[in-house]
Amino acid sequence: MNTFLSPQQIALEPVAGPAAAAVMVSGLTRRFASGPAVLDGLDLHIAPGEFVALLGRSGSGKSTLLRTLSGLDPVTAGSVRRPDNMAVVFQESRLLPWRRVWQNVVLGQKKDEASRARAEAVLVEVGLGHRTDAWPLTLSGGEAQRAALARALVREPDFLMLDEPFAALDALSRLQMQRLVAALWQRHRCAVLLVTHDVDEAILLADRAVVLEAGRIRTDIAIPLDRPRRHTDPRFERFRQTLLDALGVHDD
Amino acid sequence: MFETFQPSAIRAHALTADAVSAFLPMRSRLPRWRDISRYVSPLALVALWQVSCSVGLVSTRLVASPAQIAVTAWSLLRDGTLEANLGISLLRAALGLSIALLAGVGLALVSGLSRMGEDIVDAPLQIMRTLPVLALVPLFILWFGIGETPKVLLVALGATFPVYLNLHKGIRTVDPKLLEMARTLGLSHGQTVRDVILPAALPDLLVGVRYAVGVAWLMLVVAEQINAESGIGHMMMDAEDFLRTDIILVGLMVYGLLGLLSDNLVRGLEAWLLVWRPLSPRRGDGA
Ligand SMILES: Nc1ncnc2c1ncn2[C@@H]1O[C@H](COP(=O)(O)OP(=O)(O)OP(=O)(O)O)[C@@H](O)[C@H]1O
Ligand SMILES: [Mg+2]
Repeated sequence: MNTFLSPQQIALEPVAGPAAAAVMVSGLTRRFASGPAVLDGLDLHIAPGEFVALLGRSGSGKSTLLRTLSGLDPVTAGSVRRPDNMAVVFQESRLLPWRRVWQNVVLGQKKDEASRARAEAVLVEVGLGHRTDAWPLTLSGGEAQRAALARALVREPDFLMLDEPFAALDALSRLQMQRLVAALWQRHRCAVLLVTHDVDEAILLADRAVVLEAGRIRTDIAIPLDRPRRHTDPRFERFRQTLLDALGVHDD
Repeated sequence: MFETFQPSAIRAHALTADAVSAFLPMRSRLPRWRDISRYVSPLALVALWQVSCSVGLVSTRLVASPAQIAVTAWSLLRDGTLEANLGISLLRAALGLSIALLAGVGLALVSGLSRMGEDIVDAPLQIMRTLPVLALVPLFILWFGIGETPKVLLVALGATFPVYLNLHKGIRTVDPKLLEMARTLGLSHGQTVRDVILPAALPDLLVGVRYAVGVAWLMLVVAEQINAESGIGHMMMDAEDFLRTDIILVGLMVYGLLGLLSDNLVRGLEAWLLVWRPLSPRRGDGA
């Protein structure tokens, strides 16, 4: 049930690391044309059910890593192992405008009488039960992202990738979405890789925050705080400082 | 909906001409004044035309008066001449358009969905597209004689290009983000074509069909005036021999009406097929 994405022989080598890892990336290198390597021998392990936040400056290769993990980009050097059953949510909802919301949710799944009920159940879960029959272009930005989240969840993925899913939302909707994701993750317990620029979001949601820099994970810190987490927690501030330092933001 | 006028309620996207006029207080007292006013100027022109003819300012040998045109139209309808010719013209247009739709859609699918298909189909069509189709009339008459075939084929040929070009463009410009999404959801190639590519290209196809309908009438006018024994165009050419400007103008009006009607038909089709497209941004919010 795990898939190796790798060039020729390299995949056959036993991959070091915890055997139980849901996602295992080893020595992943990616360059575009003749430019410098965007990913440079990157290693990353994610345990089943673990929530990892991926930070890094703009252009550091976060999306490139996600695209490789999701199979959109090829693995040209190194190896990647991840569950077959995975789902991606992008910054834009990427719903099909010509399919109703519930049809978008079950897109690509086997069609049967239960399809609609299944879609509706997930839509209720993400707080979109009242818009199941709506056309996607009539949704607000926040609603569209909820629908995209529902489309990912209905597959009951073992591994969920989120590429700045709330970046385009207003502050209030973003807070609501963060709560929603926290609650959904508590319930579904899939491995999550969340790309974000928001340090607070990372600390609020993740078990671990990793910072991508010059093609590798340079910072990897556990965030062992109890849930639900609050911004007012004094330890929150410590993590924020550590991560901001790792991102090269200093307030001097 | 706009009873209470609050300037703060004006949303940028709502500021179309109609939305603005909805705010004018005059609207409630004189409903639909704008709708009526649009017809004032054309009606005045027709009246001027009638007067010029009546007082002899314009020779009725050159242009028949509106009253005369109405009388002629009525008599052509009563003796069945107009219906018979209209029926023939409609049939030719419908037949030609159907062939154009089949050919245009078929070719666009082949060249839009496969690289090899594009290499084979697109280049010749792009070259042929630059030829003025009407210049083929003499050749068509040589090849197909003067029966129905050259007329229908002329319509078909002219209308194929807009269908092909627009659908091809529609297929080639599908949002790559949606295609990526289809891949991450594990859609097969067939499913991607059916659920993503074709619906995405449908608006472009409909634009092409609208152009095609316009071109079809144009082709028909020419085809029927060159060598025909029936059809609206033939009726007009016949009238020329007898200096019947009234009949010519009736034919002209029929062509105009046909164009208008068929355009509305395609618009209706558009509204029906593209229900998912909100008329104004975010209409469904109840804003
Ligand atoms: N298809 C491509 N061709 C060439 N260069 C690319 C391509 N895709 C990405 N890059 C380059 O790779 C680098 C990493 O891009 P990536 O999108 O992964 O960054 P990111 O960390 O997601 O940034 P952001 O936070 O702004 O989204 C950038 O320098 C980008 O210009
Ligand atoms: Mg990115």
